[in-house]
Amino acid sequence: MTTTLYTTDHEWLAIDGDVATVGITDYAQSQLGDVVFVELPKVGRALKKAEAAAVVESVKAASDVYAPVTGDVLETNDALAAEPALVNSDAQGKAWFFKVKIADKSELGGLMDEAAYKAHTA
Amino acid sequence: MLARDDKDSLKRTPLHSLHVTLGGKMVPFAGYDMPVQYPAGVLKEHLQTRSSAGLFDVSHMGQIALRPKSGKVEDAARALERLVPQDILAIAPGRQRYAQFTNKDGGLLDDLMVANFGDHLFLVVNAACKAEDEAHLRANLSDTCIIDSLADRALIALQGPKAEAALAKLCAEAPSLKFMDAGPHEVAGLACFVSRSGYTGEDGFEISVPAAEAEHLAKTLLDNPEMMPIGLGARDSLRLEAGLCLYGHDIDTATTPVEAALEWSVQKSRRSGGARAGGFPGAEKILAHFDHGASRRRVGLRAEGRAPVREGALLFADSAGREPIGKVTSGGFGPSLNAPVAMGYVPTALSALDTRLFAEVRGQRLPLTVAAMPFVKNTYKR
Repeated sequence: MTTTLYTTDHEWLAIDGDVATVGITDYAQSQLGDVVFVELPKVGRALKKAEAAAVVESVKAASDVYAPVTGDVLETNDALAAEPALVNSDAQGKAWFFKVKIADKSELGGLMDEAAYKAHTA
Repeated sequence: MLARDDKDSLKRTPLHSLHVTLGGKMVPFAGYDMPVQYPAGVLKEHLQTRSSAGLFDVSHMGQIALRPKSGKVEDAARALERLVPQDILAIAPGRQRYAQFTNKDGGLLDDLMVANFGDHLFLVVNAACKAEDEAHLRANLSDTCIIDSLADRALIALQGPKAEAALAKLCAEAPSLKFMDAGPHEVAGLACFVSRSGYTGEDGFEISVPAAEAEHLAKTLLDNPEMMPIGLGARDSLRLEAGLCLYGHDIDTATTPVEAALEWSVQKSRRSGGARAGGFPGAEKILAHFDHGASRRRVGLRAEGRAPVREGALLFADSAGREPIGKVTSGGFGPSLNAPVAMGYVPTALSALDTRLFAEVRGQRLPLTVAAMPFVKNTYKR
């Protein structure tokens, strides 16, 4: 059973036990426009909550994607290197960015559920 | 986000309400509220312009008539030559030429288009510089010319392989114009100025139209199924692929025409040994650059990977070099090339084609190669 949470920086996290799959929201991709390049963290990197973990670039600009929680990167989505446009077509599905082992579950307390995120972007 | 007060202080072009109706995402640009893109998005708008046709609102740019008090256009041309290093006298009636206003240090105050309309010159200047340009013209040319700001006109660019057919329906002479022809023509019965030019590398036209008629004309042109409205985002990626300079980024008050690789735009008559050599601000330095070379040069840059290298990225001669040797002045993703493209300044010794350099992006050194511009072959109808 996974729960999906959201950050104010427009990332989503699908929580399954102590693993979070992280991506950017559909709202974020619609604001960025056509994504042409995604830079992902290295597997094994120890991320600190709120530090820049990945970069997503549209034709016009580069945007940072922040680590929503502290923890080690377990896996990254290689499909994004070959097909960055997946971020536009399936931001909250196939276009996940990375998986992280959650170091401190209490950090999830500050995140939003879907209803709160919808209100945040309304 | 802009505060509402700031948004309200932005100027609007005569096509502003059309942009909003078309779903344009409006952003501040050079003091105007302009569409950066429409719902199609930058990528599709860019590719549409290269494969079919795009309509751009460039009404924020300044349109100025330079009217000789003597009634002789040569007098306006001779006067303008005091401010630019171009041969303006040689522009035949019905033709236009790319030019730059220079400063006393040989730098560039702005770049512009100059057309000969038979009895006066017609200038198109950058939006961000237009107030200064007009003041500059008034301060220096008022003895011989009336400087007439045409603020009641909009400017619409049609660019792409299907621009000619779209305009031909409203202006029978359009197909007979060649690249850089310019003059008064009726478009849909309106008194317009039409030039066969643009800033995308594609064949196309720029149409100066009375402001009150601009929306109607734009809507009529957009009725063509092959025509799509194009925002500033794609305008930037198109001009970058075409290797064209953006004032304030690739050229500015600290770059000479030679450093900017714009030698082609300075005719022999204004260079050392020419019939009217010098006689423009900064001539000493600019002619010295022509005669002895400049120490740095604007070059095209292609990255090996897919990561865009953007404006401001520092350039290095090797992967471990401490001292930057130059800087990227424009960079992004080229949709037609499906790859990153950039331009920037490097020491002349490192400006040869295929020279390998490195750009620093997020703490990493990315390999780049000096590449020929335009990156995408232009399709001007000469």
